[in-house]
Amino acid sequence: MSNFRVAVHVTPRRGILDPQGTAVAHALQTLGFAGVADVKVGRHIVIDVAAKDRDSASKAARQMCEKLLANPVTEDFEIATVEPA
Amino acid sequence: MKFGIVTFPGSNCDYDAFHAVTDALGEEAVYLWHRDTDLAGADVVILPGGFSYGDYLRAGAIARFSPIMGEVLAHAKRGGPVLAVCNGFQIACEAGLLPGALLRNASLSFVAETVRLRVETASSIFTAGYTPGQILRIPIAHGEGRYTADTATLDRLEGEGRVAFRYVNQAGVADEAANPNGSMRSIAGIVSDAGNVLGMMPHPERAVEPLLGSSDGLALFESLLSRVSA
Repeated sequence: MSNFRVAVHVTPRRGILDPQGTAVAHALQTLGFAGVADVKVGRHIVIDVAAKDRDSASKAARQMCEKLLANPVTEDFEIATVEPA
Repeated sequence: MKFGIVTFPGSNCDYDAFHAVTDALGEEAVYLWHRDTDLAGADVVILPGGFSYGDYLRAGAIARFSPIMGEVLAHAKRGGPVLAVCNGFQIACEAGLLPGALLRNASLSFVAETVRLRVETASSIFTAGYTPGQILRIPIAHGEGRYTADTATLDRLEGEGRVAFRYVNQAGVADEAANPNGSMRSIAGIVSDAGNVLGMMPHPERAVEPLLGSSDGLALFESLLSRVSA
């Protein structure tokens, strides 16, 4: 077993109203970032996990997202990075 | 009839539910701790409002894995009634007892006020004491109550008569101004496909006597009493 640090991104699904993202987009536009078209506010979750190898660490993280970290009704997730820790 | 009221760390409407059941309805209630692994013989389970586990991750996401929830799911699977209010509704959706999800209010504000609800069906065990189209005054208090589901789910809920309550204005119309949280199709409460689980954001347990400003929630508890055999 080795130790891995897995980072996952959980974001509101496209097409689902994200009022937080809309508020942030408006604030950015007000600050002069005229090119801002859309903002989604999600979560960045870092997990330290012991696993056989990089693949099993990634697979475990995927299951964690499916079971708990992301809501399958409203959110999408991606495994951003898997690094030795 | 015996009601089992689940207390999670952060629940804050368990006492209100207890008061509604014992003092207003005159029935028996017991508190069930989230670590308990049996329902103490309860005929009806109440998942009360509050902020279980601080709403960490997502409202209701952690509470659904409490030890007691295994028993609640088994009870629901047997056809046992579950009343899921506010945070309880969020937990029930996370646990898969009800379809959809409750997201951050469209306004981004926490909303605490008395709203008007239109009774959409009187054929559930929870709403048998009302008449369809009846307007109720029931308080809400939540930051994450925007009911969200995909179009197919919404159509199915409506087609099967499973929308229990909608937010409406004084005239009984479900318009945008009367929708306090941006819920899809102004949905305030739904029942499960088997009809034995009701999830709703408004608090019927806080509207059970004139002193509280409304008694309109009492008939929901009376409906259960008349329609569920203990």
